[in-house]
Amino acid sequence: MNVTYLDAIREAQAKALAEDDRVFLYGQDIASFGGAFKATKRLAEEFPGRVLDSPISEDAMVGMAIGAAIDGMRPIIEMQFADFSSIAFNQIVNQAGTHFYRTGVPVPFVIRLPSGGNKGSGPFHSQSLESLYAHFPGLVVLMPATVEDAYTMLLDAVALDDPVIFCEHKLLYYHLKAEALPTNGLPIGKARIARAGTHATVVTASAMLHEALKAANQLAEEAWDIEVVDLRSAKPIDTDTVLASVARTGRILCVAESFPWGGLNAEVIARVVAEGFHLLDAPPLRLNSRDTPIPYHPNLWAAHRPTAASITTALRKLLGF
Amino acid sequence: MPAAKTQRPPFLKAAPNDQITAPNKLFLPTYKWMLLSRVLEDKLGSLYRSGKIVGGVYLGRGQEAFSAALAVHLDQAGGDVYAPLIRDMAGRLAFGEPLIDPMRTYLGSPLGPMRGRDGNIHRGRPREGMLAMISHLGAMVSVVNGVLLSRRLRGIKGQVGATCVGDGATSTGSFHEALNQAAVEKLPLVVAVANNQFAYSTSTDRQYACADLVDRAIGYGVMGYRCDGTNLEECLAVFGEAVSRARAGDGPQMVVGSLLRLSGHGEHDDASYVPATMRKSALAGDCLELARLRILESAWASEEELDLWKTEIVNQVDDALELAGSEPEPDPTGEAWCSLSVRHLCEGNLGA
Repeated sequence: MNVTYLDAIREAQAKALAEDDRVFLYGQDIASFGGAFKATKRLAEEFPGRVLDSPISEDAMVGMAIGAAIDGMRPIIEMQFADFSSIAFNQIVNQAGTHFYRTGVPVPFVIRLPSGGNKGSGPFHSQSLESLYAHFPGLVVLMPATVEDAYTMLLDAVALDDPVIFCEHKLLYYHLKAEALPTNGLPIGKARIARAGTHATVVTASAMLHEALKAANQLAEEAWDIEVVDLRSAKPIDTDTVLASVARTGRILCVAESFPWGGLNAEVIARVVAEGFHLLDAPPLRLNSRDTPIPYHPNLWAAHRPTAASITTALRKLLGF
Repeated sequence: MPAAKTQRPPFLKAAPNDQITAPNKLFLPTYKWMLLSRVLEDKLGSLYRSGKIVGGVYLGRGQEAFSAALAVHLDQAGGDVYAPLIRDMAGRLAFGEPLIDPMRTYLGSPLGPMRGRDGNIHRGRPREGMLAMISHLGAMVSVVNGVLLSRRLRGIKGQVGATCVGDGATSTGSFHEALNQAAVEKLPLVVAVANNQFAYSTSTDRQYACADLVDRAIGYGVMGYRCDGTNLEECLAVFGEAVSRARAGDGPQMVVGSLLRLSGHGEHDDASYVPATMRKSALAGDCLELARLRILESAWASEEELDLWKTEIVNQVDDALELAGSEPEPDPTGEAWCSLSVRHLCEGNLGA
């Protein structure tokens, strides 16, 4: 069996639908069409009446999910692209994010955000919005980087009693493969040491994990031993695992595909500096996409976001300090 | 025939009084909810002016008939859901909100439904069918849709959802998306549009350009109704039909009521932008006073009975204030500071 990251997302939804009557799917083109990326392929046939096409109304899609969740259901919303969730921003941050604190009634639902860039996708089909949503109270923000995590974390997200922003990376959909679906994974909120090392720590998540691993392998040829931490969750951040890694290496580079101002990288570095300043042998570094809209042409796009090459360069700087 | 003099008004349950032979048996019970709302809101206004309420106080003065006439047709115990808005004190009380809830919420009591974490009109009891509005207008409509979709998926029939917006909220994308969504799903939704002529200070000619907001119903493919929001009898009849149709499976219903907000946007606002001509027009009729005159003209109750009801209501409001005012304030040291129900994932103390 050969399972892609996209298969894992499809299969997790099938399992959730099969095992929990409270689960239903709502989104644009997800029923008989199977979704823009086919993440819901044939689910409408297998689960009649529980996979529903929505109008092009992101605000109302999320509002609908909130109402159903208040009433005891476990909706999964598919945003066609993460970028379009901006239309639902109000419902996500002001309605869903505040509901439990205000009323004591939790709103368990999942919003799947097909995230991140791809060749030719341009400014409006490429964004990584985890930092934006992580900024607001009341939301859990997940970023699976592997086939196994895509599967178990989506199931965990459905089971969680709070709203989850599930950032799945489009670049991983078809190319990332595993032998089989896992039976269990790490709990939500726990980071994973994806590669053990002693000379420097790279903290990253989602598609950037694979760029960071390539960079680490390249530097291994020069006898550098790089540790790579896969955060898995942007909120909460597993600060303990990050600090333990920095304690081993003394150096940290944070890598994320989101825009540079504020955000996940800045948050991780702030925590490391505040709580582990004494562990550092060099100033912390970060790599983000550039502070421009995400460009269309592959040449520009490849130079806009962090890559194995730019991570390698940043690591050399960090190691040479 | 007048109601028995000794009978206490059924404040906590708007059951029609069988002894009343008014054209609509709900007239007198609804009037009582309106009166309770007015007395309570007058009290809240004076508490605000004396500095005992922080933030703001937003009144439904002039909108009590339109608000309560919808809510008395809802059945909270039967599973109906209601998302009131800023000027729906009368509707909230008629739906079943305990009188102590608004008092505690305005005073920030930790014993109220919002526990000092949210205030004034942003209150609700979602588990009991009353959703807690957020300030962003139009945003509650799709949430009601979600509850109704949930009921449909679970095979529950015969329950309706209702919400109220103002003329201003009809300009939002949220309202448009949600009403269209309800129509596509043919949900049992009743949307009350209180056209009170002003969204804060903005008059309707800067809000929309159609001849009448009710015409929008055609565009959405939902049933539309128009009513005089100052006339309780008419409001009761129109909402009665709209709620029945929604309950029967005829899909969303939109009721537009014409009236005038007889207060500022909040008690901080003197509403000096309302033209004098409008203040003297039929729109400015006080629904509570008009309903009172209707009762007296028709001898459904005597003046003495009405005075007695008011006295009882004033006492109830005073009791609620005394209770809520004697309660402790929220204690920040005892606050959980956790915005997730799954406690171990909370980062609530991060910035402290």
